[in-house]
Amino acid sequence: MQPPTGPALASAPESPPGAAPGSPLLRWQWREVQAPCLVAGWILVASLAKIVFQLSRKVTSVVPESCLLILLGLGLGGIVLAIAKRAEYQLEPSMFFLFLLPPIVLDSGYFMPSRLFFDNLGAILTYAVIGTLWNSFATGAALWGLKQAGLMDTGVDAGLMDFLLFGSLISAVDPVAVLAVFEEVHINETLFIIVFGESLLNDAVTVVLYKVFNSFVEMGPAHVQATDYLKGVASFFVVSLGGAAVGLLFAFLLALITRFTKRVRIIEPLFVFLLAYMAYLAAEMVSLSSILAVTFCGICCKKYVEANISRKSRTTVKYTMKTLASSSETVIFMFLGISAVDTSKWAWDTALVLGTLLFILLFRAVGVVLQTWVLNRFRLTPLDRIDQVVMSYGGLRGAVAFALVILLDGDKGLTIKPLVKWLKVKRSDHHKPTLNEELHEHAFDHILAAVEDVVGHHGYRYWRDRWEQFDKRYLSQLLMRKSAYRLKDEIWDVYCKLNIRDAISFVDQGGHVLSASRLTLPSMPSRTSMSESSVTNLLRESGSGACLDLQVIDTVRSRRDKEDAVMHHVLCGSLYKPRRRYKASYSRHFISPSTQERQDKEIFQQNMKRRLETFKSTKHNVCSAKSKARLKKDGRKKQKKSAANAELPNGKPPRSVTWQQTAAAVLVAVDSDDEESDSSETEKEEDEGIVFIARATDAILQGKKASGSLDVCPSPRIIPPSPTSAERELPWKGDRGDLAVYISSETTKIVPVDMQAAWKQSISSLESVASPPGAEPGPHAKTVAGPALEERQMMPEPRTCFQFPNPLLRSSRPQSAGSPERTEQPELQPLMAPDEQGRMSTAAGPGNSRWLIQFNRPARFSDG
Amino acid sequence: MGSRASSLLRDEEIEEIKKETGFSHSQITRLYSRFTSLDKGENGTLSREDFQRIPELAINPLGDRIINAFFPEGEDQVNFRGFMRTLAHFRPIEDNEKSKDQNGPEPLNSRSNKLHFAFRLYDLDKDDKISRDELLQVLRMMVGVNISDEQLGSIADRTIQEADQDGDSAISFTEFVKVLEKVDVEQKMSIRFLH
Repeated sequence: MQPPTGPALASAPESPPGAAPGSPLLRWQWREVQAPCLVAGWILVASLAKIVFQLSRKVTSVVPESCLLILLGLGLGGIVLAIAKRAEYQLEPSMFFLFLLPPIVLDSGYFMPSRLFFDNLGAILTYAVIGTLWNSFATGAALWGLKQAGLMDTGVDAGLMDFLLFGSLISAVDPVAVLAVFEEVHINETLFIIVFGESLLNDAVTVVLYKVFNSFVEMGPAHVQATDYLKGVASFFVVSLGGAAVGLLFAFLLALITRFTKRVRIIEPLFVFLLAYMAYLAAEMVSLSSILAVTFCGICCKKYVEANISRKSRTTVKYTMKTLASSSETVIFMFLGISAVDTSKWAWDTALVLGTLLFILLFRAVGVVLQTWVLNRFRLTPLDRIDQVVMSYGGLRGAVAFALVILLDGDKGLTIKPLVKWLKVKRSDHHKPTLNEELHEHAFDHILAAVEDVVGHHGYRYWRDRWEQFDKRYLSQLLMRKSAYRLKDEIWDVYCKLNIRDAISFVDQGGHVLSASRLTLPSMPSRTSMSESSVTNLLRESGSGACLDLQVIDTVRSRRDKEDAVMHHVLCGSLYKPRRRYKASYSRHFISPSTQERQDKEIFQQNMKRRLETFKSTKHNVCSAKSKARLKKDGRKKQKKSAANAELPNGKPPRSVTWQQTAAAVLVAVDSDDEESDSSETEKEEDEGIVFIARATDAILQGKKASGSLDVCPSPRIIPPSPTSAERELPWKGDRGDLAVYISSETTKIVPVDMQAAWKQSISSLESVASPPGAEPGPHAKTVAGPALEERQMMPEPRTCFQFPNPLLRSSRPQSAGSPERTEQPELQPLMAPDEQGRMSTAAGPGNSRWLIQFNRPARFSDG
Repeated sequence: MGSRASSLLRDEEIEEIKKETGFSHSQITRLYSRFTSLDKGENGTLSREDFQRIPELAINPLGDRIINAFFPEGEDQVNFRGFMRTLAHFRPIEDNEKSKDQNGPEPLNSRSNKLHFAFRLYDLDKDDKISRDELLQVLRMMVGVNISDEQLGSIADRTIQEADQDGDSAISFTEFVKVLEKVDVEQKMSIRFLH
């Protein structure tokens, strides 16, 4: 780009064609409003054009929208040129950089799937730094060679430095173009994040290169000394790290500010935009990488801001950001077209243009191939050939767009489209797996992750865990509102409400609601697909591939009849994501909260439950005859011995600190589950899953009813006490059932956990599990629901009881030290109970049988 | 660490493992040091406990199944040979391996062996068939709680229906292979072992 030359819309003093040359009064008024009116007018034209483009799907499916916009710009520019006899409304760099670019970058930073981004940081950095350097040097040098060879018009008067300068400008991948293309072409997320991340990060490289070469050009090549080169290298670090630091600083400020906006909810969104923009301007001011500043500001503040601001503000931020970014993009492309009309600004040189094009394509491809070759040696999922093609091409398109549109005629930009089209087809064909493939591939991913853990590849993940610890302990506490920090349930309530709203809108659209009892295969998936298309579900990281289409937020997916597609979505939404390949989706339009932690906990719970089940079944056989006193000591030895046929987590010594830390909170919940089924197991010696679990569930259900009627204490409900009618009627509300589970795990997560206590508890609970059935006779066994009910009544504050054993319980331990089972009971039973209740209340009536099966499952696992 | 580990590992043993698994010398010594660090009992074998101590495995939905896959039928200890034999399934297939040795014994990291490893994770009762029950169990491990059992059941039914060719309502290994024939198993079941 060029140095800033003038104001944004550097329009000529004379009136534009639209103004009527009528009375002076009219003319005078026009001049007053000229500038803003023009701005609004252009945006309006662009937006209207978008509507028109979307009217015919055929056109947009063949030609990308950005191309259409450029064409439109060309047309309009031509008209303006014809009427005003001179080109106007150029895309001035200052306007571009100060007003149009920030929204786009902020949007991409804010909605960047940060985990995916950091997962691929190594690759991104490589491509961004080395790739960009390579591209600009190679392109510049090659062009210079072309000139030396005499192939270029003598009118082009430039030296090596000028060509290098040109190369540094032209070879950079720019985010606008990447987004424009990749959002339309549905490519896989890894690829997207790499190219997109590169386009963001190479800003620093480009800025530095530009500055360095520019200064070299000014100094003249003869005066450049070795120290200048060193300075160039140093300034790269300063610019990039400085930009990132500015971004972090503002992110911190932003998070801190939003912590105190409780009473001024209405202006919350403003802070987000203002501070991000300030970050951009501040970085620009000190000539650091402003793109990096905004990107990092967006990435880092999101977590805290989202937690702090209200739901409405969140929606506002989201929509406003998308709107701004989308309109900026529209305007940029249109103005590119308009600017291209102006022939006075761009000298035409066939050799230069063709050479540039050729070299960019060539060197980009070479660079990508080489770097990928190196990177693939270190990557778990190597980038294959088609990925590389897409990368070299897709990444290039930014430069090509500039090269073509600015240097060349806009029409030629169209010639690229078939290639995109071809690649796109190839990609989507590639991504249409059968159900089996999908399932098994998922299993593969899990297997690989596990094997990697066994082999012991550490490094990145380790540091991420460390960071999360730090974040949890200090940052979140500092930057998040206390309420937000403690109660994530609120967010969940929001989900519920959103869900209901979607459901209602679904009904409004003419969908029919199926009763929960009539769950049949064809109806169920179609229903799921509908709810899948709702914003809420997409918000919840439905994970059905990156949904990168700019328009998606406006379109409601039509009902699909194909069950395959539906199944695909169901699975995509709820299959656990393997560790390293997080299916985060980046899109302008959807927020994806991190479900990873919840998932980890769920899996952990399940695993632990299974292990305990197997452990228990052996345990009972082994030491049923032992006395209680001996049991406590024997338990551990036995565990060691029986480790062979029993999978016991208890074998983990307390020194495995990491495990403990990550898991301690969950252990509580696990134990509760286990304890629950354990108590039912005492009821019946045989490990007959279905029967006794069913009873247990019924009993709990009854217990709940009883407690309700007794009304001794407020029942520890988590969900909104009075479910709305929609919630009760709409089957998938109940079906999901993750409500309670989610909350319980969230709460345990949030509450600061005394790790040691949790650990001890898990140990002792295991010991209690190991106790012979005979040790705890009669009443306990018969009334399964009894303890739960009792304990619940004991709880003064049901809220805390399932988060973590409260002090009351701990203090009660010494009193009944004689019987470990008894002491564990009060702690664990309530832990389970609310969870249970949440499920019960969500899955009312017919859903009952489902839970039976679900509880039964662990038992069956152990059988197998 | 590596040098100490290699000193404990006899050269002929390394050679044998090399021949059997195709790992390189440095890979073997590296993995051996990992093996010894996992081996808390320091008796030269790993127990299930040792595996379960790996924290990440606790949050892997298939973690326990995979641990089991390391142990030979009916045994509860695995030595370094066995450990390497299992890991060899995940060694990427190198270009020069594709062509050579057509008649020799199939390498552990062949496509079919990789698939068989995955298949065995499903097939608990070792009847060379994935029954609906077995599939359901794995499914339940892999999905979150927000999918109901009805949904899961229908998914399982459909999966079997899709793969089943002989109408026995179960997926045999040949059917398993057939259904995954378009999948790049060679790549998707390989990890990069550090050299």
